[in-house]
Amino acid sequence: MLEVLKARIHQKYRTIAYPDGPAPELSDRFAGKPLVRPGLCGRLQCARCLEICPTGAIELGTDSDPLIDMGKCLFCRKCEQVCPSGAIQFSPEYRLCAATRDELIVGPDSKDLSPAFNATAGRLFKRSFKLRQVCAGGCGACEADANVLGTPAWDMERFGIQFVASPRHADGLLITGPVTENMRLALEKTYEAVPAPKVVIAVGACAISGGAYADHPQQCNGASAIVPVDLFVPGCPPHPLTLLNALLRFICRIPESGNSG
Amino acid sequence: MAQVSPLFIYNGESFETANCPVFGWDDFHSTLVQNLYSGARLSALFVRHDPEGPRLTAVLSLPEHSRIIVFSCRVGDAYPSLTLDCPQAHWFEREIAEKWSIIPEGHPWLKPIRFERTYSAQKIRACEIGVTDFFHMVGEEVHEVAVGPVHAGVIEPGHFRFQCHGETVYHLEISLGYQHRGIEQAIAGGPSSRTIHHMETLSGDSTIGHGTAYCRTVESLSGIQAPPRAQEIRAVAAELERIANHIGDLGALAGDVGFLPTLNYCGRIRGDVLNLTAEICGNRFGRGLAVPGGVPFDLDPGRAENILKRLARIQKDAEEAVELMFGTPSVLARMEGVGTMPVETARDIGLVGVAARACGISCDVRCEFPYEIYRFNLIPECTWSSCDCFARAYVRWLEVKQSIVFIFDQLRSLSQGPVIIEPRPPLPPERMTISLAEGWRGEICHVAGTDAQGRFSFYKIIDPSFHNWFGLACVLRGQQISDFPLCNKSFSLSYCGHDL
Repeated sequence: MLEVLKARIHQKYRTIAYPDGPAPELSDRFAGKPLVRPGLCGRLQCARCLEICPTGAIELGTDSDPLIDMGKCLFCRKCEQVCPSGAIQFSPEYRLCAATRDELIVGPDSKDLSPAFNATAGRLFKRSFKLRQVCAGGCGACEADANVLGTPAWDMERFGIQFVASPRHADGLLITGPVTENMRLALEKTYEAVPAPKVVIAVGACAISGGAYADHPQQCNGASAIVPVDLFVPGCPPHPLTLLNALLRFICRIPESGNSG
Repeated sequence: MAQVSPLFIYNGESFETANCPVFGWDDFHSTLVQNLYSGARLSALFVRHDPEGPRLTAVLSLPEHSRIIVFSCRVGDAYPSLTLDCPQAHWFEREIAEKWSIIPEGHPWLKPIRFERTYSAQKIRACEIGVTDFFHMVGEEVHEVAVGPVHAGVIEPGHFRFQCHGETVYHLEISLGYQHRGIEQAIAGGPSSRTIHHMETLSGDSTIGHGTAYCRTVESLSGIQAPPRAQEIRAVAAELERIANHIGDLGALAGDVGFLPTLNYCGRIRGDVLNLTAEICGNRFGRGLAVPGGVPFDLDPGRAENILKRLARIQKDAEEAVELMFGTPSVLARMEGVGTMPVETARDIGLVGVAARACGISCDVRCEFPYEIYRFNLIPECTWSSCDCFARAYVRWLEVKQSIVFIFDQLRSLSQGPVIIEPRPPLPPERMTISLAEGWRGEICHVAGTDAQGRFSFYKIIDPSFHNWFGLACVLRGQQISDFPLCNKSFSLSYCGHDL
């Protein structure tokens, strides 16, 4: 017993101050939101980024600046590395989520932050938000970093957010993976088992667009093919900070703009 | 009788596809059986197609000689099952039957392992996942418990069928395939811009393990080696991956026996270790860290120093958190003697990794088939012989300590020079290679071959979980069903690595 108390004192209180205090410091090599610097690409139009992108996340827009779909992006930075004009740059911005699929597309005129607030969630789930996680294919990394939010360092239960064991106890689903054909039925049944009103959050490139497995015949190119999605959280996998920020903005626990948001 | 001898190679040695020997059935069978009886492991058994038809190919690793042997045999629509003589082959044969409709006749339990919609278009079987025969027990008060694919926790999907009498499990059958997303099929014809991402996401928590195995496969085929500094950085990342996952599992094991202090501390410490990986490459799982030819990130002295400093703190925190658990009698009472795996069974079914070492079996690619920097900087193998949940937990802890020491050594004496070879020569035509690596779960085996144009004609991946899932089913026999979470976590296997 004494050893337990001693360890407790040594290990200290380690829950992050975020969102009231500063966000934890990320590695200087962290790849956050991609930025498109206007006008740099136009002269060249070399299309190297299009060729190297593993998921076809980049298109050349009408004004010949690239458009990057964060819902497909694996954040591998290859486009940034091959771009001769420096038109694409990955920023340390970790706030990536959006309520609609279109808002995940980043172009030269992109707003700073896409809205993520959900009226139902903000009204009903602001102080108690229970999610059933469904892993529908994928590699397990998104699940691992979703689990991290339950550790004392992140402690999402501070906000009443919790992963629950049964869909019948849940307010919504948090889906990871591209939805394999083999998980399609299980996902449909789990969705049906959640009482209305319910919300769906798609986490990671796979769940948004199929990610690295897009267009494989064994999967469905993401959760939207099966259920309506209310929040998209890009990344491969999303950093826990990206996910926590997304959940808090979704249920209106932090404002949609400003430094603390 | 014609003189036949298998091809002997080192870990990561490439050879001309034409040199892969073709045996008659009797020689194939006897070579396989004799080597397995004398201590070899079946690292891979698969079918690949050449113009003359399907070829059953066996890859055996011979720890005593640090060599790998390869040999093959032509098969038609069916062949006599090897499982009866070599239980290690049972899962491989089920995979072959499912994928290629080549039937191992006499296989004791032939059914799909992934419920794939098969490769060959002419042989597509409409099979619904989980709809199959399960081992079934009848009798008064006998009951069946079915769990999954969607589980209570935040974990991957899989289906478990328990045959119980009262609280006691008589048999557990594990049915997987829910994560099947067609990776091997997608890689064939590559490498493409997606291939490295497929490798990194074979099993997301083994990004470095599988990523390095893939890089070595490509490097071996192209006849190059990553520069020493790159090998060191990869090894540091591989050991960080091992530490993070082992610490996470130790915490989860503590949670499964209701010992919350260690659960909470280890959950946080695991994150601290992942952040060290992010310090090297920006991603907590090591995405983008290993690429064919080396690593695209260098470690400047300041960065290495920062990692060392943080690792020292992690070491202190982890020692306290984990030893608190192992020093608590009530924790030990829940782990000792639970989920015991008979050593003979472990050998028969070909367990690998932590699960095998916890049965006192020597089985560590880093020591037996050393590759890259492990050839020069040895890392001691950690075993324990009590074969139970405690052993599987304790081996993890022993390995964490060794890995920390290894990283300290590496980072303090990084070689000078480049970290990547550019440009990389193209893949040569008609060659094959076998690359073994020790992921944190155990032996990772990649076997690849190229066609006349230098593209992958096939790419076979064996995650350690492929060998070990059946081991989990075995240890549940005679256990209380309530001990399943503990036993499951003590193996800590990958669903996606198995399902591919």
